[in-house]
Amino acid sequence: MPNISAKRALQPEQLPKSMEEVQVVNIETDLLIIGGGNAGCFVAVEARKLNPEIRVAIMEKGEIMRSGACSAGMDAINTYIPEGKTPEDLVQWSRAQVGGGPLREDLALSNAEELNEAVDDLERWGLPVLKDENGKTKYRGKWDISIHGEQLKPIMAEKAIEAGADVYNRVAGTGLLMEGDRCVGAMGLGVRDGKLYVFSAKAVVNSTGGAGTLYKSYTADSTDCGAQIWMCPYCVGTGYAMGFRKGAELSSLEQRWVATRTKDFCGPVDTISVGYKAPIINCKGEKIMQQRYAHLGGDAAPRFIRANAPMNEWLEGRGPTYCDTRGLDDATNWQMMCDYLNERPTFVLFLAARGQDPVKEPIEIFGSDPYIMGGHTMGGFWVDIDRMTTIPGLFAAGETAGGNPNKFVGGCAAEGKIAARGAWKYMQGMAQPALDEQQVAAEKERIYAPLMRGGDFDGVSPREMKERLQRLMDEYAGGYSQFYRTNEERLDYALKHIKMLQDQFRFLKAADLHELMQANETMDRVDVAEAVVHHLKARKETRWAGWQTRADYPERDDVNFDCFVETVRDPKTGEVRAFTRPYEQIVPGDRYNYPG
Amino acid sequence: MPPRINPDKCNGCEGLAESKCEEACPGDLMAVDETVMKAYCRSTNDCWDCMSCTKACPRNAIEQRIPYQLGYHKATLKPFMSKNTITWKCKDIYGNEKVYKYRNRMDK
Ligand SMILES: Cc1cc2nc3c(=O)[nH]c(=O)nc-3n(C[C@H](O)[C@H](O)[C@H](O)COP(=O)(O)OP(=O)(O)OC[C@H]3O[C@@H](n4cnc5c(N)ncnc54)[C@H](O)[C@@H]3O)c2cc1C
Ligand code: SF4
Ligand code: SF4
Repeated sequence: MPNISAKRALQPEQLPKSMEEVQVVNIETDLLIIGGGNAGCFVAVEARKLNPEIRVAIMEKGEIMRSGACSAGMDAINTYIPEGKTPEDLVQWSRAQVGGGPLREDLALSNAEELNEAVDDLERWGLPVLKDENGKTKYRGKWDISIHGEQLKPIMAEKAIEAGADVYNRVAGTGLLMEGDRCVGAMGLGVRDGKLYVFSAKAVVNSTGGAGTLYKSYTADSTDCGAQIWMCPYCVGTGYAMGFRKGAELSSLEQRWVATRTKDFCGPVDTISVGYKAPIINCKGEKIMQQRYAHLGGDAAPRFIRANAPMNEWLEGRGPTYCDTRGLDDATNWQMMCDYLNERPTFVLFLAARGQDPVKEPIEIFGSDPYIMGGHTMGGFWVDIDRMTTIPGLFAAGETAGGNPNKFVGGCAAEGKIAARGAWKYMQGMAQPALDEQQVAAEKERIYAPLMRGGDFDGVSPREMKERLQRLMDEYAGGYSQFYRTNEERLDYALKHIKMLQDQFRFLKAADLHELMQANETMDRVDVAEAVVHHLKARKETRWAGWQTRADYPERDDVNFDCFVETVRDPKTGEVRAFTRPYEQIVPGDRYNYPG
Repeated sequence: MPPRINPDKCNGCEGLAESKCEEACPGDLMAVDETVMKAYCRSTNDCWDCMSCTKACPRNAIEQRIPYQLGYHKATLKPFMSKNTITWKCKDIYGNEKVYKYRNRMDK
């Protein structure tokens, strides 16, 4: 019974009417994986390779065949070390991409050493990797290779199932199970059957992806598309929230991921700018990177500078901005459309709906809303070299783990393997934890409350609260409408309102199980947003303009901030504390420039 | 953003405890109204446009649309899945059609 499919959601009359009516399902396992995405599938495969006897359970909010960032597919593996280059080279490049760091070079190196093997796994499993005339893997940029990855997610999922993991689909994780200060499992809401799932485990890997939908996206205004964003909108930061509420340390959330994306329909731009060397231009046809950012590296400038450049053009009155695809030959254009179909198919539909032929008209681009994504930038859990968080027994991999940017598909897969080994090592000699009924009862109260308030309850819908938060974050914590800038006063304002939202959780109401899931997601978003604001407040400098812009501290301050900003939340009082950790350079050489 | 269900083609995946589109959606958005045995999207505003539901439907009953606020009437994009290839047919608002077909799996 490895891939346990969900059934149709309960009808209103079948919903539990009281806490007593909520059924509890207890599952004992050795290793629990929360989130069967890119990293999670690799955790499962690796764990069963280490020991075919080990019991592995995956708690997956969606259905594992199409869930998370890779649901629609991918057109590239953004990092794969070419012949002649070393893991150290990749770390040096990654470091320069994030403006010289700080970054966790220990994590970056161990990931880089594992990277190619993980990508080779994907190819062995059936992923089409494009080849050049000589049969060699085709590079589209320095490190990224082209794939026809429409089936990437089913390919990974099938291997996790074949490896023998039990996949519990449509169970949305909500909270961790603790034994003292150790994590011994997690709980989740069955979004179709309404049951509370309680997993007790010797070790837990948290691989729930990043946090999208904390900020408002500009396409949400006056349209019927509140989820038209770059990042998977169903990864809302629950993984971070679960750990944070129990005292796990979060790292670098202020380094948000903001990307240049196609305008009015969030599609990739690297596909065209890197893959097809189409230059970025402004309304006057000036090549922005060459003409205005030559001193920072032009096309090879750090990623946050490239991401922020088009928005700066808008800010200074030189928008719209485009990726100049004019003049591409037919074969190249066909190839480019296939790339889009593999990764963001509806962008091809969008072009058709604009009646636009990119060979004749350039593709318009704009900045995205900000996301927290430890697989792209650095926001996520502080982990040790085994990928264990500061909570013993709780590991993190992929977007959920912080400190190490530019992981993407290959790096998240590689990190899944590393986390599996760490968890395996940790659980040796560990007995099955006893179940603490009190914790289960408390979590039940917390997550089912919005459902039990009744149809007549004069309350707040999950969507209303989500949108209130998104406006707040956009306007006060540096969203797209503010060209990503914020200051101390705005951040204090945001914190004050986040506290008010937390106090209003008691008014959330849900009419069905889907809404109940959304109510819980919204509480998680608010809790993660609180951490994000504390991070932005603590970094009183501007290190990565666009990703992190403090209007009141516009310069980089190496004396005080060449270090990591961290937060922890007191599990008892809910108070959040920010502090710093030092940066350690492990790979020698120029931090700010990649020589290769 | 809305997947549209063609009621003439959809049969609610009769006989299955969970329909193919319900199973596929990463956001738990697709559902089946059992009184009429037709699929619907419970919250179009929450749709990511990943087209997983569209690809999964055995009866090609689902079509993805760009909301009018962002794109004009009426363009279409249809995926056709087979064992190891995918074929996409795309028609723009002027009626120009393009077809893209390629291998999406090497192990099958
Ligand atoms: C549109 C898009 C295009 C991209 N293109 C590329 C590319 O071309 N090349 C490249 O290398 N990288 C690309 N990336 C980046 C890459 O896809 C990600 O970095 C990587 O796949 C993330 O892996 P992950 O396992 O951390 O997260 P995910 O794969 O998103 O997995 C998270 C999983 O957790 C589940 N989950 C979430 N919350 C819960 C919960 N509460 N309980 C249980 N389960 C939960 C989700 O359903 C999901 O299955 C792209 C990303 C996006 C969004
Ligand atoms: S998969 Fe297709 S036929 Fe089945 S319920 Fe969904 S739309 Fe209807
Ligand atoms: S397009 Fe994707 S997100 Fe939208 S309903 Fe279909 S499967 Fe769900």
